[in-house]
Amino acid sequence: MMPRDECLKILAKHRGDDTIVVGVYNAGFDWRRISQSPLNYYAIGAMGQGSSHGLGIALAMPDHKVIVLDGDGSLLMNLGSLVTIAAQAPPNYYHFVCENGDYEANGSHPIPGRGTVSFAGHARAAGYPHTFEFDALEKFEAEIGRIMSLKGPVFTTLKVAPGVKSPHDFAFANSRETHRQFTAAIADILARRPHAGK
Amino acid sequence: MSDVELSGRTIIGALKAARIEFIVALPDATMSEHVLWPLARDKDFKMVRVCKEDEGVSICAGLTGCGRRAALLMQYTGFLDSINALRAIAVELAQPICMLVGMLSKEAGVPVVRSKLYSVRIVEPILGALGIDHFCMEGDGDVALLPPAIDRAYARSLPLAALVGHRVSP
Repeated sequence: MMPRDECLKILAKHRGDDTIVVGVYNAGFDWRRISQSPLNYYAIGAMGQGSSHGLGIALAMPDHKVIVLDGDGSLLMNLGSLVTIAAQAPPNYYHFVCENGDYEANGSHPIPGRGTVSFAGHARAAGYPHTFEFDALEKFEAEIGRIMSLKGPVFTTLKVAPGVKSPHDFAFANSRETHRQFTAAIADILARRPHAGK
Repeated sequence: MSDVELSGRTIIGALKAARIEFIVALPDATMSEHVLWPLARDKDFKMVRVCKEDEGVSICAGLTGCGRRAALLMQYTGFLDSINALRAIAVELAQPICMLVGMLSKEAGVPVVRSKLYSVRIVEPILGALGIDHFCMEGDGDVALLPPAIDRAYARSLPLAALVGHRVSP
């Protein structure tokens, strides 16, 4: 098991300036603490939907890498999205699932299939061409550069335990203003493209 | 309810007029043959087939957040299944999720709320409770309302539901 925030710190080193990151729940709150950016998108409010938000963004922004920081309980609510994502096969889609085996925000009850379900196995069966699984920081750190250089969609399970607690600022993550700022940042990128307005 | 005829060509023309680029869909019997299949063959649209309708709500949110226009096509049962995603994403975050909702088994020409089918009757009150702008398309005259309604949804960043009142003809 790896402390989730330590995992995300390693991932943050491989985030380019123009990478869009979709964070859900605890991974999203940790990410906000570790890697603030106007290109952070928070999918918190309808559990399970992060992977699908990320697909829409990846299809809309094919020139940008899109990282989805999913949770195991969240992905269990939307397993069909693995099939949809694999069928669309966005080459810029990098799907990370923080598997802690429980519903951390809701009393740490175990997820169904804790310890037996394989999320990477689900992704592989759904048609993701590249799948990985890590439970040791040094192995993840050694491989993350290669993972982020692969053509997506790529799926990576991170076996994690809670690290340093991050503030759970639901009001921030669920606010229209936060989403407006993301949309404004994207609009700014689109406006700066050479063909904008033509 | 201006016409009896509800034409797939007219609906597709309305989606083009509204500058919709992405079609996110699960098949619905009212639109399957004369809307969804032609859309799937039309190079002006990119098709995203989803496994479940709430996925579609989120995919549309991701697309629209990045400046791309999308329409979510589904049966009313899929709408009912997607209420939490619509509540959180379309309503609370005020995202212009534009839906075409097939009212399978609704009696042609009968207002949605007067249908004999409980599952059909409840759709408009639920849309009302969510505060989602909506109208029903029973004929081609109603379809003319679609492009300005989509433009308005994007201009105001608010969701829209266009109910497809009966099986669509070519």
